[in-house]
Amino acid sequence: MIPIEHVIGLSLALFTVGLVGALVRRNLIVIMMSIELMLNAVNLALVGFNRVWAVGAMGQGRLDGQIFVLMIIAVAAAEVAVGLGIVVSLVRNRDSVNIEEANLLRW
Amino acid sequence: MEVSALLFYAFASLALISAVAMVAFVRHAVAGVLSLTVTMVSLAGIFVLLEAHLVAAIQIMVYAGAILVLILFVIMLLNLREDDFGRVRPGRATLKLAGSVLAVCAFALLVQQLRDVMPAQGPAAEALPAGFGGYRAMGIALYTDYVVPVETVGLLLLAAIVGAVILAKRRID
Amino acid sequence: MLFFLVVLAKALFILAVGVAALAPIITWIERKQSAVMQDRIGANRADIGGVTVIGLFHPIADVLKLLTKEDVVPRGANRALHMMAPVISAVPAIAAFAVIPFGGVYELAGGDLTLVASDADWGLLYILAIGSLATYGGVIAGWSSNSNWALLGGMRCTAQMISYEVTMGLSLVGVFMVFGTLKLTDMGVAQDSILWIFGVPLPNWGIFLQPLGFLLFLTCVMAENKRPPFDLPEAESELVAGYFTEYSGMRFGLFYMSEFIEVIVISALVTAIFLGGWSIPYLPTEVIIGTVGGWFGEGAGTIICMLLHVATFFLKVLFMIWVQMLIRWSFPRFRYDQVMSLCWKGILPLSIANIFATALVMLLRGSV
Repeated sequence: MIPIEHVIGLSLALFTVGLVGALVRRNLIVIMMSIELMLNAVNLALVGFNRVWAVGAMGQGRLDGQIFVLMIIAVAAAEVAVGLGIVVSLVRNRDSVNIEEANLLRW
Repeated sequence: MEVSALLFYAFASLALISAVAMVAFVRHAVAGVLSLTVTMVSLAGIFVLLEAHLVAAIQIMVYAGAILVLILFVIMLLNLREDDFGRVRPGRATLKLAGSVLAVCAFALLVQQLRDVMPAQGPAAEALPAGFGGYRAMGIALYTDYVVPVETVGLLLLAAIVGAVILAKRRID
Repeated sequence: MLFFLVVLAKALFILAVGVAALAPIITWIERKQSAVMQDRIGANRADIGGVTVIGLFHPIADVLKLLTKEDVVPRGANRALHMMAPVISAVPAIAAFAVIPFGGVYELAGGDLTLVASDADWGLLYILAIGSLATYGGVIAGWSSNSNWALLGGMRCTAQMISYEVTMGLSLVGVFMVFGTLKLTDMGVAQDSILWIFGVPLPNWGIFLQPLGFLLFLTCVMAENKRPPFDLPEAESELVAGYFTEYSGMRFGLFYMSEFIEVIVISALVTAIFLGGWSIPYLPTEVIIGTVGGWFGEGAGTIICMLLHVATFFLKVLFMIWVQMLIRWSFPRFRYDQVMSLCWKGILPLSIANIFATALVMLLRGSV
C-alpha cells in the first residue's frame, strides 16, 4: 500500500517547483513547461484521491477522478498547441523568447 | 517494504529531481524538455501503481509522446540555442527571490494543513472491482456517464487546432 | 521466484532470436533481395578462409567495420545529447517485443505457459505508447548534430512520426472492436478458428475481418519507422543522410540496427494482429494436440504443438519482412507534402470510415 499522504505531498512538491519555475524563469518556453508541470501535479493529486475513494456506496468502482484527469490532459494539449502558436508569432515579431522583451503594453 | 512502495519512492524521487532540473537548466532549453519527459514518464509509472492504467498509457502517449515533442519541435524550428538573456535587473532579482520564498512558504503551509485533514487509506488492491482503471471500465464510463464532456472536449480541440493554424501562419500579403 | 525466472527466459529468448539473430539477417535479406529484384548479384565477397556463402558473412563484416570506425562528434555539437540519441532510438524498438506473443497458451506440468514476455491486459496500448516515445531519437539526433542537413532531417522526422502515430492508433480501433480485446494473446486465440463468409471457410484472421484496417495500419507503421517510400528524414539523394549525417561508427550502427529491429517489430505486430499470429490455418490447437497426443502422449503432444506454433510465427514474420523489403525496393520516395497530405487527408478519413463500417457490420450481424 502506498501511503496517500506521500502521494499528495509529491503532488504539492511538484506544484511548487512548477510555480517557482513559472515565476523565476524568463524563457517563454520554460514558463510554458512549468505550467505543464503544475497541471501534472494536479493530475497526480486527482488520481491519488481517486484511489482513496475508489469504491462507491454500492460497491461499484468510481472512476470520476481518472476521467477528470483525461479531460485535463486533453485541455493541456489544446493549450500547448495554441500557446506554441503564440510563441511562434512572438518570435517572428520580436526575435526573442525573453518575456522581458514583450513589454509594449507596460506602463 | 513491499515492491510497490519501493517503486513508488523510486519514481517519486526521479520525478522530483527531474522537475527541479528542468527549472534549474538555465542555459539549455532542450535539456530542460528532456528532464520534463523523465518527470512525465515517472508520473505515468506512479499512475500505474495507483491503479490508473489507461491514464498512465494516455499520459505517455499524449504528454510525453506528443506535447513535449511539439515543444522540442518549436525549439528546433525557431533554432533557439542556449539562451543568454544577460544579467537579471536588480529590482527583478529581489522580486524573483521574494516570489520563490513565498511559494516555498505556501508549500510548507499546505503540507502542514494536509497532515490534519488526510482521509483514511482507501480499499486494498484486492477489494477493488475487477478491471478498475482499465480501458474497458473507463471506456464504458466515458461514453455513458461522461459523454457530454467528451464531446465538448472534442469541440475544444477543434477550436485549438484552428487557432494554432491561424496563429502560426505567415501573413499572406 | 519461478515466475521471474520464466519471464527472464522468455525475454532472453526474444532478445537472442529477435534482436541478435534476425537483425543481421535482415541486412543480408535487404542486400540479396534488392539484388535479385534488380537483376544483379549483390554483395558476396566477404569470406572466412576463402569460403563465401552467398554473402552471409557480410553482416559480420558490417558489424566489425562499424565497431572499429572512428567515433566523431562534430564541433559545436551537444556532446551529451549526441551520444544519447542512438540509445533513445534503440530502446523503444527493443522494448516493443515485450508484449508480442510468439506462441499461445499451453498447459504444461500443472501450470499454464503463455509464450509472451508480459501478458498485460493492455498490450497494444503499450505498443502505441512505446511508439510515441520512439520519436525522441530522431528529434534529438537532428538537433544535437549542429548541422543543416541533420536539422532538416530531424524536423521532417518529428512531423512525420507524430502525424502517423495518430492514424496508427485509429486504424487499430476497428481491430479492437472486432476482437473485443487489447491483449495480443487473446487476439491470437480468437484467430485460431474458422470464419464462414458466404459459405466459404476462411481462417478467422484479422486481414479477412479488417482488410482496410490492415492496409492502413501497414502504411502507418512503415511511415512511423521511416522506411522507404517514407524515408524523407534520411533521404540519401537529398539530405546527405538526414538526421544520421553526423554519426559514424557504432552509433550509426545502433541507429541502423534499431531501424531493422523495428522492421521485425512491425512484422511481428502485423502477424500477431492480422495474419493469425502463431496459429496454423485450418488446424486449431486442440486438433493438433489431440492427434499428436494420440501418437506420442499428452505432454509430448503439447510440446510439439508449441514448437510448431513458434515455427509458424517466425515463418509468418519472415514473410512480412519479405513483403516490407518488396515495398521498399519498388516505390519511389514520397515528396514531403505528399506524405503529410496522405496522412491527414487520406488515411485519417479512411480510418474513421473504417470504424463506422465495422460498427455497422457488427450491428447488422448482431454480434455487438
